[in-house]
Amino acid sequence: MKAACWHGRQDIHVEHVEDPRILNPRDAIIRITSTAICGSDLHLYNGFIPSMKKGDIIGHEFMGEVVETGTGVSTLRKGDRVVVPFPIACGHCEPCSRELYSLCENSNPNASMGEALWGYAPCGIFGYSHLMGGYPGGQAEYARVPFADVGPLKVPEELTDEQVLFLSDIFPTGFMAAEACGIRKGDVVAVWGCGPVGQFAIKSAYMLGAAKVIAIDRFPYRLRVAAEQGGAETINYEDVSVSDALREMTAGRGPDHCIDAVGLEGHAPGLKGAYDKAKTMMMLETDRPVALREAIMNCRSGGTISVAGVYGGFIDKFPMGAIVNRALTIKSGQTHVHRYMRPLLERIRSGEIDPSFVITHRLSLDQVSEGYSTFSGKEDECLKVVMTP
Amino acid sequence: MHTYAQARPSHERLAAGLGWFSLALGTAEIAAPRTMARLFGIPDDPRLVSVLRGFGAREIASGLGLLTQPEQPGWAWSRVGGDAIDLAFLGAAANEDSANHQRVAMAAAVVAGVAALDLICARGLQDHQDSRRALGIEPSHDVSVERAVTVGRPIAEVFAFWKGYENLPRFMQHLTSVETLAEGRTRWTATGPAGVSVSWDAETLVERENEWIAWRSLENADVDNSGSVRFQEAPGGRGTEVHVHLTYSPPAGQLGRGIAWLFGQEPGQQIKDDLRRFKQLMETGEIPLSEGLGLQRAAQPVRDVADVAAMAGVSPELVGAGARLEGGRA
Repeated sequence: MKAACWHGRQDIHVEHVEDPRILNPRDAIIRITSTAICGSDLHLYNGFIPSMKKGDIIGHEFMGEVVETGTGVSTLRKGDRVVVPFPIACGHCEPCSRELYSLCENSNPNASMGEALWGYAPCGIFGYSHLMGGYPGGQAEYARVPFADVGPLKVPEELTDEQVLFLSDIFPTGFMAAEACGIRKGDVVAVWGCGPVGQFAIKSAYMLGAAKVIAIDRFPYRLRVAAEQGGAETINYEDVSVSDALREMTAGRGPDHCIDAVGLEGHAPGLKGAYDKAKTMMMLETDRPVALREAIMNCRSGGTISVAGVYGGFIDKFPMGAIVNRALTIKSGQTHVHRYMRPLLERIRSGEIDPSFVITHRLSLDQVSEGYSTFSGKEDECLKVVMTP
Repeated sequence: MHTYAQARPSHERLAAGLGWFSLALGTAEIAAPRTMARLFGIPDDPRLVSVLRGFGAREIASGLGLLTQPEQPGWAWSRVGGDAIDLAFLGAAANEDSANHQRVAMAAAVVAGVAALDLICARGLQDHQDSRRALGIEPSHDVSVERAVTVGRPIAEVFAFWKGYENLPRFMQHLTSVETLAEGRTRWTATGPAGVSVSWDAETLVERENEWIAWRSLENADVDNSGSVRFQEAPGGRGTEVHVHLTYSPPAGQLGRGIAWLFGQEPGQQIKDDLRRFKQLMETGEIPLSEGLGLQRAAQPVRDVADVAAMAGVSPELVGAGARLEGGRA
């Protein structure tokens, strides 16, 4: 089959590889009909995620048709059309039974690597480094889906691939980020980063009752989507001081909750940005937490910092004093996608939201290299790339 | 109350501390004997200075000994003897007219204080060694590993799976088989990567329903080993806590090297990985495999499923679409 393989920094291209085979009785093989590039895939593309190996098949946002199942899968049948959640979860361990699927204790065969870096290991994730299990990803023609009796969600025929594909990651991820804020009536939510996850966080914050959402980015076309599609007020941090603007827009209160939808490759103008860029280049820190620091410093006292952006290692100059003295709460986690797929499918079905509004580029899998460079370079007003194998 | 303590015995820690002290003092005495002589208040006489150099060499020898073999009482005793010589030397030096008597007295007091510590350390180490000898425990290099895992299944189910020793090779990477020979007798076989096969017989020492299993290899075993597993209900309905304790004495020579893989480079990690597979099997009915296991190969589909099974150390019967589901979730 054809698959997008990682070969090093900014080198991802299509290769011919073996077709997947069932390894475990609870596996299914899916013929992929749509697959997307996630913002977090850009961290792989730009070489920020450790434990990648040349030839790794990447991609974790995919859907398709079941073509084979193991003896342990009785919930799926050949021909079923399913969306696959990006975290792999066994459904039976204690975290799974508490719906904390991304903390599954059984789905990461390389758990000892995670323990070495993070203390304990997270779940397995498709196509996202060996640290996350070493599972081949879904930017391919076929994928093997472990614990297929727990993860894949059957989707109704009347909805298109583009409408349901993002149930695999970014819609639940934006939703969980907003939900973690515990939004109350009248709350203002600020969202750093207007990539796809940020866009869904904006929509979700309104769904959950926010009075106002403020979107922060530096690309006018992304801020335009946040305003037009999400109904957010916007701040371009290259034009104005974020801190001054937020104070003004909240009449001095500060946003009640702040969502970091940027993650470890944050940018900042001037010295602030140069500081972290230099430190990461000298390997003195692994991640550039400019958005996270700004979110903490600008959040209203007693508020929530909800971190949806991906961080992998260690950060520097973390304003712990602000967190302690102003009683801020930090919430984070890889998304417990399984928990959100059904309720969010209902919101799509009822017409409350059509997630396809983020798609700007439709390519074939063969054009994957182009997809990555366009998305990573924010060229051609790129917001979301969807590919068909 | 269970306290987790794997720290070195206190006398060994004291020995290491004294070792560093010896090294520092010895280095100073060799490098700057005249300064040290002035510090101790003894006359700046070339004869005395060369004696001080000699003392420096002795201190360094004791220090290295203490640091490399902190369990051996001999090195601590060598310091006790050295202290006696130092005190005699200081006594003699004090009689010299040009000595600074106040400083010599102070140096003597410090030596006496350190001598007391040396004595405590040497006697402590000696007692420990004597008691081990009395018990017939040779100062061996026994490897002892304790690891635990929580399995989200009822205690009876978890116990039953362990009690059937033949289940162990399903999740213990290096075990090929465990057969029951007779009541309380089992034969264990392990195969290594080079095809080296080792087999030994063991007897069950304890088998207390839902609580405790313990076994020990019999006299004829190539590798002397023993193991025990304790089962305990985890709090708040979290299933069963499984505490494994294994000890073995690796034999010397060729066989010893052949045996090294049996418990892995890092025996604790090996047991931990085995216990993780046990938890997976009990909780999910399978041992989930990935094509990119470790960093051995890229995360790409495999041509032969058996390769992945071999790489992961999982028995072939657990691999493939029609593999049988083992453990509690069948």
